[in-house]
Amino acid sequence: MKALREYIDKIKPHFEKGGKFEKLHSVFDGFETFLFVPNRVTTRGSHIRDAIDMKRTMATVVLAMFPALLFGIWNVGYQHFQVTESMPEFWTIVGYGLIKVLPIVVVSYVTGLAIEFFFAQIRGHEINEGFLVSGMLIPLVLPPTIPLWMVALATAFAVILGKEVFGGTGMNILNPALTARAFLFFAYPAYMSGDKVWIAENAADATTGATPLAEAAAGNSDSLPDFWNMFFGFIPGSIGETSTALIIVGAIILLFTGVGSWRIMLTAILGGLTMGLLFNLWGANEFMQIPAHHQLVMGGFAFGVVFMATDPVSATQTTKGKYIYGFLIGFLGILIRVFNPAYPEGIMLAILFMNVMSPLIDHYVIQANIKHRMKRAKLNSA
Amino acid sequence: MAETKEKEPLFSTKNKKLLSEPMVRNNPITVQVLGICSALAITVKLEPSLVMALSVVVIMGVSNVIISLLRNMIPPRIRIIVMLTVIASLVVLTDEVLEAFLYDVSKQLSVFVGLIITNCIIMGRLEAFASSNKPWPSFLDGIGNAAGYGWILIVVGFFRELFGSGEVFGYPVFEKIGLYSIGYENNGLMILPPAALFVVGIIIWVQRSRHPELVEEN
Repeated sequence: MKALREYIDKIKPHFEKGGKFEKLHSVFDGFETFLFVPNRVTTRGSHIRDAIDMKRTMATVVLAMFPALLFGIWNVGYQHFQVTESMPEFWTIVGYGLIKVLPIVVVSYVTGLAIEFFFAQIRGHEINEGFLVSGMLIPLVLPPTIPLWMVALATAFAVILGKEVFGGTGMNILNPALTARAFLFFAYPAYMSGDKVWIAENAADATTGATPLAEAAAGNSDSLPDFWNMFFGFIPGSIGETSTALIIVGAIILLFTGVGSWRIMLTAILGGLTMGLLFNLWGANEFMQIPAHHQLVMGGFAFGVVFMATDPVSATQTTKGKYIYGFLIGFLGILIRVFNPAYPEGIMLAILFMNVMSPLIDHYVIQANIKHRMKRAKLNSA
Repeated sequence: MAETKEKEPLFSTKNKKLLSEPMVRNNPITVQVLGICSALAITVKLEPSLVMALSVVVIMGVSNVIISLLRNMIPPRIRIIVMLTVIASLVVLTDEVLEAFLYDVSKQLSVFVGLIITNCIIMGRLEAFASSNKPWPSFLDGIGNAAGYGWILIVVGFFRELFGSGEVFGYPVFEKIGLYSIGYENNGLMILPPAALFVVGIIIWVQRSRHPELVEEN
């Protein structure tokens, strides 16, 4: 470690102003702060700094996603071998999953980070760690059969038009990972929904399986897997979203470290349940009759609520706003899912929609507070 | 129509500016944000975009001259209805010409040729410029603004057709260079109207990066 520190100190002058690699300053800075805690001190304004800086926050989220990712890798293999004749031993399954999942993760990270570095250079910013999370979220919300160039294209689209246009990390209106997914969903629908994509297959045996959502939308609610299968995630689906159980593990990490907002998670689940129960009461078609708690473990609901809706940048900032925001995500997510079978993954659209609405919610919450306090001030002075 | 009784040459700096200003600095679509509706609707393919752009150039040029010639005769209180009548007649003429000679394109453009009447760029220029300027500058102003509108349409149409259908003017470019055989697929998003917003947005981004004075303060 010491040798590394010394080496970095030795080459540092080249990257400072006037050095020969001055243009690459932000790249150097990015790597230096990635390896060591920055030794910069605050020179003005507030002098208290939290030990949790953006790198730590992001690392926590990536850590929270790991259970879901590991399970996803296994499940990709499991789903594949389930349609072939024999079920091999554990490590063969994991190996197969790795071959399918790892390239997607690598492509997502390489594309996204390349663009982030590029923009940091031309704008003279520091490199932000925001993409560490998005780069992991993007593979987790994609089906394992997605062609790699589509992953790269969607990542580029999400980073450039979802984030850099607005000024980079922290300025984005929409969740970048969901922007990538929405882009693929509308650009290449055949690869993102329908019953042909969800199991990684060999070219030889083109067997595929529908997700529970696709089955439900098609009206075959008899062929749905039972609650516990869906809860633990032994079902076809996007890489990271199938296992509600392990997403809950991630949620616990997020809640325990205070990185994710419990208000959003709780109200989103309540919203989903409310809508599910309303549909149960109505019961006009088979999809509506699916019990409300089944809706919560199907598709990307849990994943979206835990990892996407709580994104601190695109969510609402005010406490009251978070309740409204979360509730509407759950509510609208189930509503879109059931009412529009063409958009089975309603939670994605619901979160993106609420991302757009969140500044509005914040505005009214703040205005209401101002009004409230003005009233009190007048009462006191009168 | 070039009445140059004054000493001013035909293409003086002022007149040239009338032509060049709407291209970038005061572009109707990207700076004034007018005419977005048709820019979304008819730019799926390059050909209708081009035809639309040309129709608007013709209609704007002619209507600006007509209104400019009439500007001292129109009672101010009914000027809008007079302008509308002039534009509407020209639009009907254009529509008939398109139906006669470019029937397929006219089918694709469908109602949007008729809706040129409501294109706010035309009304805007008539009201802001032609009704208080001489015919020749008005003509240049009309042509300039229509061209500023048109080139955006053509660029958007080009990219949407290229990535959405893999074609340029209906010629299968991507198929000929063999993109499909290596696994490429057409981007379905580019066929949807929001794609035009993305392309226009990128044009706006590029423009404002090159001309920082265009960036609005807020």
